[in-house]
Amino acid sequence: MSNTDMAAALAEELHRIAPDVALEDIDRGGDLREEYDIDSMDFLNLVTALAKRFGIPIPEADYDRLSSFDAAVAYLTQKAG
Amino acid sequence: MSEFRMPSLGADMEAGTLVEWLVKPGDAVKRGDVVAVVETQKGAIEIEVFEDGLFEKTLVEIGQKVPVGTPLALIGHQGEPETPVPEPPPAPPSPVKPEIPAPAPEAPQPIPAPPQPPSEIPPSPTEVPPAPPPEAGAAHIRISPAARRLAEQSGLDIARIAGSGPEGAIVLADIAARIGKRVETPQVPEPAAGERAAPLSGMRAAIAAAMAHANRDIPHYYLSHTMDLSAAEAFVAARNAGKEPQDRLLVGALFVKAVALAARKYPEFNGHHVDGAFEHSPVVHVGVAINIRGTGLVAPAIHNADQLDLDTLMAAMRDLVTRVRAGRFRSSEISDPTITISSLGERGVDTLFGVIYPPQVAIVGFGTPALRPWAVDGMIGARRTVTITLSGDHRVSDGHRGALFLGAIAGNLEKPEAL
Repeated sequence: MSNTDMAAALAEELHRIAPDVALEDIDRGGDLREEYDIDSMDFLNLVTALAKRFGIPIPEADYDRLSSFDAAVAYLTQKAG
Repeated sequence: MSEFRMPSLGADMEAGTLVEWLVKPGDAVKRGDVVAVVETQKGAIEIEVFEDGLFEKTLVEIGQKVPVGTPLALIGHQGEPETPVPEPPPAPPSPVKPEIPAPAPEAPQPIPAPPQPPSEIPPSPTEVPPAPPPEAGAAHIRISPAARRLAEQSGLDIARIAGSGPEGAIVLADIAARIGKRVETPQVPEPAAGERAAPLSGMRAAIAAAMAHANRDIPHYYLSHTMDLSAAEAFVAARNAGKEPQDRLLVGALFVKAVALAARKYPEFNGHHVDGAFEHSPVVHVGVAINIRGTGLVAPAIHNADQLDLDTLMAAMRDLVTRVRAGRFRSSEISDPTITISSLGERGVDTLFGVIYPPQVAIVGFGTPALRPWAVDGMIGARRTVTITLSGDHRVSDGHRGALFLGAIAGNLEKPEAL
């Protein structure tokens, strides 16, 4: 999966959780949870959805690598690409 | 034969609008079954029936707004004739849940219940009467509370709108898009701001009414305690290692359990202050403040939280948050918390002092855990700490007991394996 496809997939999962935030409006290098205003329960739901969608384990130890939209795309591309 | 009434879902609620029947005449119902959906200022709430019986007939039309206590339907009981000849004299309208009565008479509401706030939505160019309410028995439509309210204000029939949210749920954007299309010549400036602001007003008004009541009637006192969260976080990390994401715990579940256990030990923080007297609750139903995106805040209960193991408690929290954000929670959840927790989670500020939600007598706040300097064994080290606060009701407790209660919560979190 290319970076672009992965970005689209991540944006789709984020839209389910935060339908009121548009990807165009966020800072892709900024703090993911702050940009999307998602709390720890939302974030856990996001991780759950991504792990299922790509069939990859996303251990808690890797949460730091999902710190921004761009970082998450890079991480997911590496793990699932 | 008995009457199923519009329940009171909080001291601030005066009326509700019947949105949907989930059973039809002739259906058998059991205590606890969800039989109707009522729109309140807090959003759409699923209403449960409090007895077993036969759902005989409805007394209120879909779309009707009726005061608390109004009979909504008749529930028949086994052995009764299908149509009893003499109706029992109507009982004086008493709240369904006596522990949450209307505000005490000596406390007149100086803040009149907010009238339906004027909609900031530009009215549609032609005078369109509100769409007829969905028919009884129509398939359940998944719609967020904000979207439902905006649709109602704009006279849109939600049955004719395709949702773009999870599982086809109708979300605010779907309604806003419809309105955008309909309103070709905006009559009010700033339509964008209006679309966003209008759905806030109902729940905001409900919060304002409850909090004004709290600040007027409850003599609050505030305590704060900062503790080392290392043990709790290490416990969660160890528990979650190797677990699938859906089976992982959040530290928030430990917070709920720690407070629930402490509330059982210190009963003066767990219960309701009603009619000038405190009634301690024998059970611990922990209200959890949940932020609803773009709408506001509700604090429905996790029932018997002190009895649940952490995995069950976590599952209950996930379920509750999911349902609340989808706009569905049950009348018992919203009406019967005995104490409330407000937690800022991982992105917030250090300290949060809550306002007690009447008729409760305490709210426990958790600030954002953060790495801070901390003295351990005479040395300064960096530790993850959290500041826990208590807002207590001076009519029921004092700072001395409050300090012991806060200390018990911290103690529980320091020994997470016992939670």
